[in-house]
This record gives sequence, C-alpha cells and structure tokens, in this order.
Amino acid sequence: MTFVLRRLLGFAATLFVAAAVIFFLLDLLPGDPARFILGINASAEAVANLRIQLGLEAPAWQRFFAWIGSMLIGDFGVSYTQGAPVAALIGERLWVSLPLALFAMVLSAAVGLPIGIAAARRRGSPIDTGLMVLAQLGVAIPNFWFGMLLTLVFAVGLRWLPTGGFTPWHEDPAAALRALMLPGIALALPQAAILARVMRTALVEVTGQDFIRTARAKGMTMSEAVWRHGVRNAFLPVLTILGLQFAYLVAGVIIVENVFYLPGLGRLIFTAISERDLILVRGITIVLVIGVTLTMLLTDLCYALVDPRLREGGS
Amino acid sequence: MSLVEVANLSIAFGALQAVDGIGFAIGKGERFGLVGESGSGKTLTALAIAGLLPETARREGTIRFDGAPLPHDERALARLRGKRIGMVFQEPMTALNPLMKVGRQIGEALALTKAGGDIGALLTEVGLLPTHGERYPHQLSGGQRQRVMIAMALASAPDILIADEPTSALDLVTQAKVLDLIAALCDRRGMALMFISHDLKAVARLCTRVAVLQRGRMVEAGETASVFGAPGDGYTRRLVAAARMQLPEIAHGSPGGVLVATRGLTRRFRQPGSWPLPGKPLTAVDKVDFAVRTGESIALVGPSGCGKTTLARILVGLDTANAGSIAFDGRVYHGADLSPDLRRDLSLVFQDPFSSFDPRMSVAQSLAEPLRLLDGLPPEMHRQRLAENVAAVGLEPAMLTRFPHEFSGGQRQRLAIARALMTRPKFLVLDEPVSALDLSVRAEVLALLMRLKADYGLTYLVISHDLDMVAAIADRVLVMQAGRIVEEGKPAELFTNPRHEMTRELVAARLPAVG
Amino acid sequence: MRLPRHPSLIIGLAATAVFVALALLSLVWTPYPIAQIDIARRFQGPSGAHWLGTDFFGRDMASLVMSGTLTSFTVAAAAVVIGAGLGVPLGLAAAIWRGPVEWLILRGSDFVFAFPALVVAILITALIGPGAINAVVAIGVFNIPVFARVARGGALTVVSLDFVAAARLAGLSNAAIARRHLLPNIMGLVIVQATIQLALGILAEAGLSYIGLGTQPPATSLGLMLRDAQSLFVLHPFLSLVPGLVIIVIVIALNLAGDGLRDALDPRLKPVESAA
Repeated sequence: MTFVLRRLLGFAATLFVAAAVIFFLLDLLPGDPARFILGINASAEAVANLRIQLGLEAPAWQRFFAWIGSMLIGDFGVSYTQGAPVAALIGERLWVSLPLALFAMVLSAAVGLPIGIAAARRRGSPIDTGLMVLAQLGVAIPNFWFGMLLTLVFAVGLRWLPTGGFTPWHEDPAAALRALMLPGIALALPQAAILARVMRTALVEVTGQDFIRTARAKGMTMSEAVWRHGVRNAFLPVLTILGLQFAYLVAGVIIVENVFYLPGLGRLIFTAISERDLILVRGITIVLVIGVTLTMLLTDLCYALVDPRLREGGS
Repeated sequence: MSLVEVANLSIAFGALQAVDGIGFAIGKGERFGLVGESGSGKTLTALAIAGLLPETARREGTIRFDGAPLPHDERALARLRGKRIGMVFQEPMTALNPLMKVGRQIGEALALTKAGGDIGALLTEVGLLPTHGERYPHQLSGGQRQRVMIAMALASAPDILIADEPTSALDLVTQAKVLDLIAALCDRRGMALMFISHDLKAVARLCTRVAVLQRGRMVEAGETASVFGAPGDGYTRRLVAAARMQLPEIAHGSPGGVLVATRGLTRRFRQPGSWPLPGKPLTAVDKVDFAVRTGESIALVGPSGCGKTTLARILVGLDTANAGSIAFDGRVYHGADLSPDLRRDLSLVFQDPFSSFDPRMSVAQSLAEPLRLLDGLPPEMHRQRLAENVAAVGLEPAMLTRFPHEFSGGQRQRLAIARALMTRPKFLVLDEPVSALDLSVRAEVLALLMRLKADYGLTYLVISHDLDMVAAIADRVLVMQAGRIVEEGKPAELFTNPRHEMTRELVAARLPAVG
Repeated sequence: MRLPRHPSLIIGLAATAVFVALALLSLVWTPYPIAQIDIARRFQGPSGAHWLGTDFFGRDMASLVMSGTLTSFTVAAAAVVIGAGLGVPLGLAAAIWRGPVEWLILRGSDFVFAFPALVVAILITALIGPGAINAVVAIGVFNIPVFARVARGGALTVVSLDFVAAARLAGLSNAAIARRHLLPNIMGLVIVQATIQLALGILAEAGLSYIGLGTQPPATSLGLMLRDAQSLFVLHPFLSLVPGLVIIVIVIALNLAGDGLRDALDPRLKPVESAA
C-alpha cells in the first residue's frame, strides 16, 4: 500500500506548505497588526499590550510553528473582533456551508452523469444534440446569477421556497433543508453540465477501445459491452473532474451564500475581511484549503480503488 | 458445405472503397490465410464476418455462416459470434479490460455462451497456469495476454478462430510459440482457422489455403504451396521475393582497423517508480565489450527487452552509460558526453519512419537540422548537400519542400536515411530499419542501404530481430540476451551451428522460407 | 485546417469578435459616458434613447455593458496570459527534463490546485484591499497549473517520438528542442485551452466582482453590474438579466470556438497510420 502512504505524505506536505504560505503572506502585511486592529488613535500602551496578548513579540517562525501546533489540537486562535474562538465560529458556519456543498455535489452527479451516459449512448441523435446544447448553456451560466433567477421564479413568483435566510437545523430541520434547496440547485447546475459533457466524452472515447471490441467478440451487443466494460473505465476521468469540482464548489458556496443571505462561511469571510480580522481570515482560508486538499486525497484513493494499475505505485 | 462463405463482399467508408468485391469460402476445420499489406482490407474482411464493422462502414455482398446469412438482429448476431466464432486481435496490450482480472474476463465469455467449461482448464490449455486468472492485464507480458485472448476465444468452443495479426506485436521467440499454440489448438479441437497476416512465412506455417489481398481486391487465391511456390500474380511475386529476402549480391570488402570499441559498457535503469521513490533497478546493458572495424556490417540480434536498443542509444549519444566507455576512432566517451565534432561522425536511423519527422516542418527543414554540427560548412553548401543526399536515396530534390505526411512509409525511411547521412558520418546505427515498412518495399530499402554503404564507405551496426535480413546483410552477428552479448560469429556459421541457448532459441523460432 | 466544416468554430469566433469589437469600441465611444449619473432618468426600460434602459443611477445600460465587457475580457485575458506564459514553459520543462524537475512542477501544480481562485482573492484582498488586479492575479495563478498540465501532457506524447531523438542527434539542446519541436506541436492544445480558460476567467471575474473582491467602482464589469443590481433584482430584474445574459452569450461563444478549434486542429497527436 505504498500508494496510500505516498498520497498521505503528499497530503500532509501540501497542507504544511499551504499553511506556511497563508501564514507568511498575512504576516507580510505592512505595519503593526495591533495598531491595525486598534486604529490610529489608540494609545501606544494599548498597542503594546495587544502585541503581547497576540504573541507578536516572538519571531515569525516561532509563531508559525505555535500556530501549526495549536491547530493540530483544534485550536485556531481567538478572533479579536468577535471575541470568540475561530474554531467555534467556523464550526458553526460549516453547518450551513458543508451540507450545501455536499447537496450540490450529489445533485450535480445525480443529474449530470445520467445525462452524459444517455447522450453518449444515443450519439449523433437529436436527443444527444439537445442534451449537449443544454449542457453548453449550463456551463455558461454563472451560478450566483442562476440563483437570483431561481429566487425570482420559485420564491418571489411561486412562493414555494424562501427567498433567503436560514433557520438553524436544531430549530427546524425541514426549514433548514428548504433554505438550502435553491442555493443547492443554483450551485449544482453548472457542475452537472460539466459532468454531463465529461461523462459523454469519456464514454464515447471508451466505446472505441479495443477491449470493447473484445467484449463484443465474446458475444455481447454493443450496449451490453459498453455497460459492463465501458462505464467503469469511462468513470476514471469523471472521477478526476469530480475531485476538481469540489474546489469550484467551495468558491461557489461562498458566492451563492451571498445571494441567499445564508449565514455560512462566505458571510464570515466578508465580515473578517472588512473588519481586518487577520486571525479569522487565516483560520477560514486554511479550513478551505484543507477541504479542497482532502477532497483531492479522497479522489486519488477512489481512483486507486477502481484502477488496479495505480495501486502498485507506478505512475 | 462451407462453414464461412463470403461472396462479392465490398466495404466502403464514404467514397473510399476499402474492400472491393472479394469472395472466398472456408470449410469446416480448414485453415485459411488472408495475406496483405497495411490498407489491403484484410482486417475489415475479418470484422465483417464477425459483424463487428464500424457503424460508418457500408457493406455489400453476402456472408453466410454455416449456410445461413448473418442475422440482422444485433443480439442474435452477437450471440452467434460469441458462440461459434472465436477472435484474437493484433494488439494484446489494449484488447483486455484493464480494470478486470483476466480470469473474470474469461469467465464472462463462458457465462455468455453457457458453454460448460472451466477457466483454469482453458488457461492451462493455452500454456498458462490457473493462477494467472487472478491477475490484471498489466501484470502479464504481451505473450501471456495474447494467450489469455486465445483462451477467451476458445471458451465457447467455437467452430472457427479468426486471428488478426495475432503475433505481430510480439517478439520473435514468443511469436513462434503462439503460432505453434494456434496450430496445436486447431488440430486438437478440429477448429477452422482464418489467419490474417502480412507475414508470408507465418501464413505458410499455419494455413493450407491462402488468398492475397491488394488494396481491397483479391489478386490471387489457392493452395498455400502453389500460391507461394509459383505465384501467378505480379504483386504476389513481389511479396514472395521480399519474404525470401533476395538481395543483390554485394562484394564485402575486407574490414579495416577498429572504428568503435566498447569496454565494460553498463546501463542500469530504475524502473518507472515515481521520483523521489526509486523503482526496481534493471540492468539493461551489462558489461558489454565489442569492437566494430571500419567497413564492417555488424548485426545485433536478440529478443525484445534484451538491451539492444539501449546499447544503440548509448553509442549514438542519446543515453549515457553508468559504467564502461566507448572509444570511437580512439576518442573516449560514455554516451551523451559525445563531443559535437564527434557527433557528426556517427548517426542513427530509427525504426518508425512515421514518427521520425516533425509533422510541422518541411522535409528540407528536418533534413537540414544535423548540418548545425558542421560549422565549417558554408551556408550556400547546405542546399547542395540537401539535394545531393535526396538524390542519393533515390528521391527528387523538388520533394524537399513537402511535409512528411505527403510521403509513403518507404519514402520516409529513405528520407530518414538521407538525414542520417547529412553530416557524412563514418558509422551508422540502424535500429530495425525496415521492420515498420510494408513487406514489398523492405527489399528496396535494404538494397539502398547496401549501395550507400559501398558509395560512402560506411560502417553499419544493424539491430534486428529478423534473422533472414541479418543473414542477407551482415558480416558478423552479435547475439544479445539480458544485457549481455552471449555469442558472436559469421551469420552462416552461427545460424547453422548455434552454441548458446539463446541463439538456438532464435534460430528455432525462425520460420521456414516460403515457396 | 478546413474551416467550413466546423460551423461551431465560425459561430463562436464571430460572436466573440462582435463582443470584443464592442468592448474595444467602449474605449473611444459609448452611447453615454458611463459615469454620468442622472437620477431623474433612472429605471427606464429599453427605448430609442437607451437601447438597454438605464440603471438605478440613471446610467445608460448599453454603455455599461460595453465598458463592463471590456473589463471582463481584459481581466480574463490577462489571467490567461499569466497562466499560459508561466504554465506552458513549466509544462514543457517538466516533459523534457523529467526526473526531479518534473516532480517539482507536478507537486507545485497540485499545490496551487489546493488554492481555489477565490481563496487567493481573499488573501490578496486581506493584504492589499480589493481591485481588478486581485481578480487577474487570483485567476491567473489558478490558470498556471492548468496550462502546465496541458503543455506537459501534450509534450510527453511528442517527446517520445523519434524526431525529438533525431533533433538530439543533431546536437540541439533541451531548450532548443522545446522551442523548435515541442512548442509548435502543442500549440493547438494550448490555444484550445486558452479559449476555455478565457471563458472560465470571465465567469470567475463575474463571481469575484459580484462579492466585491474584484473590479471596484467607478470602473465597471459585468460582475459588478450584477452586484449593483442585486438588492433591486426583485423589483427591477431587468438590471440583472442584461449583464447575466451577456456573460452567458460570451461564455457560450468562447466555448463554441474552443470546441470548434479542438475538432479543427485535432490536438491529440494521432498515432499516424500504423504500418502493420
């Protein structure tokens, strides 16, 4: 299982370097963070006190390793504008953002993959053309704009679903779910369109492979051969795209939350940026990077699960 | 009644007539060969019989299997070919599903045709072990994969085995073994065979009756012995002559002093691990010592993977030895450290004429590339040298402005030779110089090489697996196995009286001459 | 390249050309100055005087769209230049030197993939405040590994071909081989990828400007127009519809051009007719 070991090592190394980049980039900020927080008019004494409180007197590399160390035990520091632990702030918001991202991902796969397969199986037919025109359109629609459109139709016009806002899960799970419906659909549509295109291309490509001809020579019809041997092979490139899509989804979630006034990570970030809460910015960005890197790790492991050639470590 | 009857079969793609009105019949248990060069339509004919033509193909004429026309219903057709036709294709590397254990892939064939049978028994029958069924395709060698393909084809106990160039992707020794296996299986099971190949000797070894295809037309058909023994058609005659490797006799001059000598040349590779984790080490070239004298023509033979290509790449400076050295005209180098003024004295002709020219450059640009090594040559001489060399390989200087895709394989190989001679080298390494070419042009290119050798006073090192070609052009033969040179001698002596086991195996794998 | 056989290429290129022309025209002429605020004329529907109506400041929407398209194209194109300019040489270097160089470039590109453009934009905004440059850098950084991978993938299929070995025999250095043989042979792939990244860049710019991390007033971009219209979109959906549809049409045009180019150039180096 050298493959798994190597991927895990790579995962850890990526995160370490990412943490360093985030930390030192934000540390580069010109001027004194304490002065920055307290404003121009603060007394020198107050600034000095805050510097000690923030641990800013230590050299940067010491503070970096201290940050890494405390993150490993789940301590992401304390936000100086909100006066609360960063981990708790993020954790609270993740209950909105994470379900939204997962819902969008599942929805896009559930819609995109069957469409891609259907189009590939009827290649060249009017159905294929129609589906691919739709996909072309779907790829081009900005998800947040689509969200606005959905609100206009389903919330303002038909009044089926709320226009925005969020009821916490523990108060009313059904209402929470309803609040995530439209943003989830808005996020899923462009991803579903991309998946449909990739799935179609992969399946069409696989159909021309020699081993499909072998399966047909064994006595299978074209569709039996594609179903038994093609789909699994075609799924490999799709898996790569699925992994990459999570990175887009992370960005998409943050933007779409803005449309629907959802109290997720996106809102927290904008508060943090506008109030110049660097500890909070640092915490959120590293959590986003962990999320993306973790998805890529999972994609790689899934890849190895499907493809025996990868398990042996050769590249 | 014949098992397969093909009458007036035509296959077209748009305006392109790929197969044009051919007809033949294969009796039960008969072994029938279909011979032709690339583009002759032989593979399409086989696919048509199995109902596997691409959707874009237009088919006319009749194909009857066991007296009945091929069913129109896709499912019925699929079940018919699964049950009664076994197929083996050319490329064993891609013909198996890479994500599925080979045993399961064979099992699928058994289940589909409800043929009672056992995966282990089938694997044993094709010379593998039952445990091979637990492997994935990438864990098997090319020869093993082809055996798996054959086992899969046998699963339904078919009436006929259609084998499309089943051995051309395999090395010589494996090739002979797979041919023997096919012959034995047909005998034991009383199975008919349709064998498709460009290799006349392989067809002669297996088939009792043959048909010769040229550009979609059948030019000759009949008993193997009579077609190859006394070909009636001009094209068949050319093929047979080429297969016999009949070259004009060339006076072998007496060799001069030592031109190239290697001492303890060794090249170790790490197998593809991914950096920084090392893969397993592999010694491709293992303490090789040999010498070539000026004016000699040396052949290097051996099975695939024995290190002959690596050795050639080190000699011309495309790779570097880990240990040992080469002396060229007394000047020592180790591979890529070959100095530019020495680089012009040796050159290489590649095996595949289709990939040896940059498709985006005119032939003149590609040919002129090595001239940078001659800083003494005034630019106005460049055009003259180009024209000279193109004429020397029998082409028109006017062709220089064209692009590679406008030339046939044989023409491209001539141009590749012209490029190799641009710097007027003394020593030329030829890596399988004709094996990628159609049979009918091989002899011409070899004759050209022999003429150029005399005209320019060249010294050759020819890498080949084709012992007939080696016998025809080499003064001396080196046999290589697992990175070492295991035997050396004049071709006539070596091939009649091989001492080393590797040489014996190679000689045994050599198919008898046709006709 | 036989153009007439690829209608999607022609439609895509033509539509793109129209928008580029309109965008460039905005440099010298727009129906109304985009900064001209006239509250009295706000929320007008399309008319002879204002083809696309006016927004909540009474600014002419057609003028805003022209100018906004220019910003969106400029940002996306600059990001493609950054991505291709750095990514293609890196990809070529990885393919020709292999070993540690390739390893480093691949790990580096994996690493950059871990930073979605939005995260980069957040970091830069936290550092130097919002602006169109942020969007260019954020999208450009994300484009680098995309181009590096495409270039490496294409170059790897070329580098194993014999004509590259022939060039080595002729004494060409690795850098010379990359320039003379690899680059021309992967150019088709790179151009196709550039049109795709241009389309993605326009979408990304819209997203970043929409949440306030990209283009800032008084400049305008299609994304910024959507941001401005957001609070009003229930009452005046037209203000959101126009820039949204323009984005969609531009992106479709670019994607059509990309698909058409892919077919016309057939970037996969076909394993030229096998000789068997």
